[in-house]
Amino acid sequence: MNTDKKLLEIRGLRIAGQSGDDWHEIVKGIDVVLHRGEVLGLIGESGAGKSTIGLAAMGYTRPGCRIDAGTIVFDGTDLRKLSEPARRATWGTRMAYVAQSAAAAFNPAHRLIEQCVEAPVMHRLVAANQARRSVIDLFDRLRLPDAEQFGHRYPHQVSGGQLQRAMTAMAMASHPDMIIFDEPTTALDVTTQIEVLAAIKDLVRQLDTAAIYISHDLAVVAQMADRVMVFRHGSLVEEAPTRDMLANPRMAYTKSLWAVRSLHKDEQPGGDVLLRVDAADAHYGALQVLHRISIQVPRGRTVAVVGESGSGKTTLARMITGLLPPTRGRVIYDGKPLPPRLHGRDRALLRRIQMIYQMADTALNPRRRVADIIGRQLEHHLGLRGAARRRRTAELLRMVELDEALMGRLPSELSGGQKQRVSIARALAAEPDLIICDEVTSALDQLVAEEVLKLLLRLQNELGVSYLYITHDLATVKAIADEIVVMHRGRVVQSGPKSQVLTPPHEAYTELLLSSVPEMDPDWLDNLLARRAVPAAAP
Amino acid sequence: MSTSPDEYTTLADPEVAVLSAATSIDSATLGLSPLQVAWRGLRHAPPSAWFGLLVIIAYAVVAIFAPLLAPYGQAQVVGGAYDPWSHQFLLGTDQLGRDMFSRLIFGARNTVGIALATTCLSFVLGGLCGLIAATLGGWTDLLLARVVDILMAIPQLIFALMLLSIVGTSVLNLVLIIAVLDSTRVFRLTRAVAINVVVLDFVESARLQGERLMWIMTREVLPNILSPLVAEFGLRFCFVFLTIAALSFLGLGIQPPAADWGSMVRENASLITYGDITPLLPAAAIALLTVGVNFVVDWFLHKTSGLRE
Repeated sequence: MNTDKKLLEIRGLRIAGQSGDDWHEIVKGIDVVLHRGEVLGLIGESGAGKSTIGLAAMGYTRPGCRIDAGTIVFDGTDLRKLSEPARRATWGTRMAYVAQSAAAAFNPAHRLIEQCVEAPVMHRLVAANQARRSVIDLFDRLRLPDAEQFGHRYPHQVSGGQLQRAMTAMAMASHPDMIIFDEPTTALDVTTQIEVLAAIKDLVRQLDTAAIYISHDLAVVAQMADRVMVFRHGSLVEEAPTRDMLANPRMAYTKSLWAVRSLHKDEQPGGDVLLRVDAADAHYGALQVLHRISIQVPRGRTVAVVGESGSGKTTLARMITGLLPPTRGRVIYDGKPLPPRLHGRDRALLRRIQMIYQMADTALNPRRRVADIIGRQLEHHLGLRGAARRRRTAELLRMVELDEALMGRLPSELSGGQKQRVSIARALAAEPDLIICDEVTSALDQLVAEEVLKLLLRLQNELGVSYLYITHDLATVKAIADEIVVMHRGRVVQSGPKSQVLTPPHEAYTELLLSSVPEMDPDWLDNLLARRAVPAAAP
Repeated sequence: MSTSPDEYTTLADPEVAVLSAATSIDSATLGLSPLQVAWRGLRHAPPSAWFGLLVIIAYAVVAIFAPLLAPYGQAQVVGGAYDPWSHQFLLGTDQLGRDMFSRLIFGARNTVGIALATTCLSFVLGGLCGLIAATLGGWTDLLLARVVDILMAIPQLIFALMLLSIVGTSVLNLVLIIAVLDSTRVFRLTRAVAINVVVLDFVESARLQGERLMWIMTREVLPNILSPLVAEFGLRFCFVFLTIAALSFLGLGIQPPAADWGSMVRENASLITYGDITPLLPAAAIALLTVGVNFVVDWFLHKTSGLRE
């Protein structure tokens, strides 16, 4: 690896973004240097400007953004001084971009291989036949199954992880000097993420391509990058080689990114059972999605339901709330069987089970003000009106650590974390015994997520409410659960108190899930792959 | 919002709808009275919206005070056929010697009034059914959608002609029949946009609280689909004008001697060959109102688009 030669040099980059009629600076004077064959990690919360910087490295800005100052020198030429066609000629040939959602980046109407060879053929780098052969070679190197035939499939016929690798192949097809990876694994499950990370890492190493790897997940970047830059509010916080930064973060903000993973709750023994699901099956039409599910939620405790997407976690929540009646088995709530369907339950019963959603954006009506969203619950379930309703709304807002001045706001005038707090206040307004939390922190930044988790823990201590906490994120589980239920393909694989599930020996699937969570160790991925390869190679 | 305004009256009257939308957007300024907030919204409105509002207000004034403003009655024969413009007859007279200017003023009342009533009725009917179909789904949706398909399968004008000749021509029948036929279009639009909102988590959340159908429809779904509906209102309003004019032309619309802009064009069309623009005035009146309504609707859409991302 010859790290002495600069491939990309950005100096004094300033980018402004438009909101309404105003321009405000979102990238505030950044210097970035990328050497040949080097992988640079960009880290930051959403809104830190890392994607904007990643795109600017290609001389591109999103609509509504403009570059105000700075130079972007790629291999000796300033991209800002190039004409639009000249700049476009470098895209897809000398530099390429891998986006977060591969599903949205592929055209569903064309076969994968046609889309992968498009860039090199269009730019007349190679003949179509040769391009195909090299893409098939890339498929093979990315460990895609049956590389010869893989490209003949359509995007919907392959899994999310495979699609993300296909997109990497597409970016690599014309052997660019530089690739920008923008959160390529964020939308994937932990077990799938491993495959993609390993494949990308190998290929970047083999082809000696320079890469900018953008992520909010420090542990992931630690596996991929040689050097890391931490951004916040469009400014550089800290820059260091990966190992140095992990071993010895200097700035307080960088340290706080570490701290999130250390949130921990002491496990408490289960009390009397509030909710029990008894050998329940559920179907969507003819398709069975839940197989003989049995779980228990003790009063005042948190039960975490863990699993990949498609494991039936959310379906379980829909069954408990009555949106999807079980086809067999039953749900027992506080000693009495729950009516299977929503309209069989009276308002008093509905009040006692509340739900908080993953996306606060869609969980709050964009046309109703905070005071109405929370106040309606008070009126509907507790019969509070007028001044009493207003007083209690203010109280609830304070309880979720929000200023009561936010009462008159619309959801669009709140930040992501504030919206999620309003959702929590709405659930609390009904004074429930059980709150079902469906991935409530996965759409939030790490620091904000930590605050929300702390809030949930505090509320449980004060109010004695039980949580059924659905998540795919094991770090969160460690932070807040008393008991854990591991689900896989609609079945409960393992369940029990946190200490028991998290200490070996594990069930095979639990082991896979646990070992797939990236750790803050740059050698973690290599070690893990070596460990996993050993039993596979053994006779 | 807590005083439960009837969403349908808001929908029915374009001016009220526009003002109330401006209210809900700009009142991050809490503590101001709705009128003050409306005024703030208006002050920042572009000139086109002001123009549109002025046109609508002018038409409303003319329609309401028609008997006071018009120098003669709409059916009164006051001069000879096709008298030219003069001090006595500002815009001349028509083929029967009735004052054009007076008929134009009364026409505002008849044509605009009937078109407005018809459009409002079709929106209440189509909007309500569309919301019910989208919110309940299943068999209700299937049934309503098929009924609408059947109604839409028959060409609108021919269907209207047939029904009018069966039940007889009166203003009430005219309004009811056009409203029902037009509501099928409103139904399809409402259902299509509402279905996208109904699947969102906040609607599921409302269901989980045991909220009633009416609450979910009017409070959770309707406010989120209001902008396309208001845009459609502007368009539909203009289409209804044309339908009424077409029916009047065929003798089944507004019955003589009541003045109607559509039939006024037809009755005096022969004047055009003599280079007289008088018969085009009612058409211009229709065009001006159409432009005005659409300016206001455009402004409303622009105002609300910032909210819906």
